[in-house]
Amino acid sequence: MKVIVPVKRVPDTAGDKVIDADTKTMDRDAGETVLCPVNEFAIEEAVKLKEATGAEVTVLLIGPDGAQSTIRKALSYGLDGAIQVTDDAISGSDALGTARVIAAALADVEFDVVIFGNQSTDARTSLVPAAVAELLDLPSLTYARFMEIDGDAITVHREHEEGWDVVESTLPAVVSVVEAINEPRYPNFKGIMAAKSKPLDVKSLADLGVDAAAVGAGDAAATMYAFEPRPPKAAGTIVTDDGSGSAADDLADWMEEQKFI
Amino acid sequence: MSGVRTDLAPTPTDFLDVRSMLDEQERLLVDTVRDWVGDRVLPDIGDWYDQGIIPAELAGELGDLGLLGMHLEGYGCAGSSSTEYGLACLELEAGDSGVRSFVSVQGSLAMYPIWAFGSEEQKQQWLPEMAAGRAIGCFGLTEPDSGSDPSSMRTTAKRDGDDWVLNGTKMWITNGGVADVAVVWARTDEGVRGFVVPTDTDGFSARPVPPKMSLRASVTSELVFTDLRLPGDAVLPGVQGMRGPLSCLNEARFGILFGAVGAARACYESALDYAGTREQFDRPIASFQLTQRKLVEMMVAVNKGMLVALHLGRRKDAGELAATQVSFGKMDNVAMALEVARTARSVLGANGITLEYPVIRHMNNLESVFTYEGTNEIHTLILGQALTGINAFT
Repeated sequence: MKVIVPVKRVPDTAGDKVIDADTKTMDRDAGETVLCPVNEFAIEEAVKLKEATGAEVTVLLIGPDGAQSTIRKALSYGLDGAIQVTDDAISGSDALGTARVIAAALADVEFDVVIFGNQSTDARTSLVPAAVAELLDLPSLTYARFMEIDGDAITVHREHEEGWDVVESTLPAVVSVVEAINEPRYPNFKGIMAAKSKPLDVKSLADLGVDAAAVGAGDAAATMYAFEPRPPKAAGTIVTDDGSGSAADDLADWMEEQKFI
Repeated sequence: MSGVRTDLAPTPTDFLDVRSMLDEQERLLVDTVRDWVGDRVLPDIGDWYDQGIIPAELAGELGDLGLLGMHLEGYGCAGSSSTEYGLACLELEAGDSGVRSFVSVQGSLAMYPIWAFGSEEQKQQWLPEMAAGRAIGCFGLTEPDSGSDPSSMRTTAKRDGDDWVLNGTKMWITNGGVADVAVVWARTDEGVRGFVVPTDTDGFSARPVPPKMSLRASVTSELVFTDLRLPGDAVLPGVQGMRGPLSCLNEARFGILFGAVGAARACYESALDYAGTREQFDRPIASFQLTQRKLVEMMVAVNKGMLVALHLGRRKDAGELAATQVSFGKMDNVAMALEVARTARSVLGANGITLEYPVIRHMNNLESVFTYEGTNEIHTLILGQALTGINAFT
């Protein structure tokens, strides 16, 4: 079985995010970048498949040269190799542009299942997995909180607000997983050491036959018109009790006013 | 261009940007160990310390991480650089010296002599299991009456036919009570020899040392051997004399000179955080000059200690590290860490003596680290001899 795990380099989730005023896109060079933490759940599912079936797992990353440390981090979990698509024209792509590049990269290789994290911690659109499935005309099994592969069949539990749906399909298929699906392991040191010797296949848009005009900021379907930093937290309301128990009434009144009750 | 920039703002937690001196693999290792410590050690270490326990399952987790005997080659070991081993020790000790001690003893004191001096059979039998954390090792050199002067040891191993028979007592043995195998050094007719002793051998017993106020999340034991009979092939064939145990100690001390920086960093960061949020006289205590001096002095000390550790690590990887330079690092970095811990404790005031914060735990741990693996005094005398050519030990 061949498994592809698309991964993303994101700003350190502990740091502040910086938006470039000119391009209105995230400044990815401001501060530390990390492997998107949601990807770790997708990697864990892939590693479990590798352990159970000997699956060959390849990571796929769209990003510049500097993103190779993210690839190495992903490989340190014991994965087999990586594909990097890098091209200046990709910069500024929206979710659809990103999906086009990923779909083109996937169309170029053999696979049975693609496992995404259901969202990235920077953009949080959750659009890319379904868009990739659509572009490749493959079954889309999103928000999986459980997945199981049996021969050519895949079953996932798709999480939603009221519980989950049991969704079945044939392979190949595109899956996105939510954080409830597993508890990612830590990479071990042998995996860390092996990561740098794993094959890395670097491709440009031209290699994939993607028209540079179809991706990047220029052709984005979504337009960012304005942005502003999150306003500072407003001071809270303090309810003081004068000793008579009046605070309980005041608190109830306030909660009613705010339509909490 | 002057080369000095005013637009850069170094981070308080890595002021000299020592991270920039690490390669990508070292950073991945550091981040992984730091994540593990943050997830598995820091949430519970206060309780473990209070109860005087270290959970047994940590051994398997440390094995899964590949940190046990990581600097050894083959037999299930990762074959890391010395610097990588040191950096792992640093991150572990930023959690707790007890956790780092576990890894030091397993890798440098128990696995290393089997790896360096053991027979092929001994290596095959023990190293893969120990690397995985399924078998735990300890190291028996120190005795109740033989500490800084280990060659005065009284434990003996006598030939009886093909067998060896051990008698004696070892003291202050980390992991002793939980070990599956002990590497024991004993006096023989051929000088000091090392023995690989399965702890289920008749005549082996271990009991806890008297109640201790330091390294509480670590097992410390007294080992007693009473007519303990071993087959002839239990001896480590590759070494005779004090060179055997002393070479193990050099490996372990190297890990400690990194580890102490981790403990110091944890104390400094705790004090920095506390000083920024604790208010007295209507302002954070970080706004008082006396507190700022303490914070700055701790920061400078931690960064200098880190540079020393990293430099010695690079020298060791280049095959250029002198044993006396290990003494420099062990002596000064542990003394530095103890001083930083005490200063941090004073910044935290009364809160600094509780287990809600890490500083008193590190401070008490460091009292042991100051003494074990060559006391501060002995390392000072090693360096004194290196400077003057005069032996002031005896």
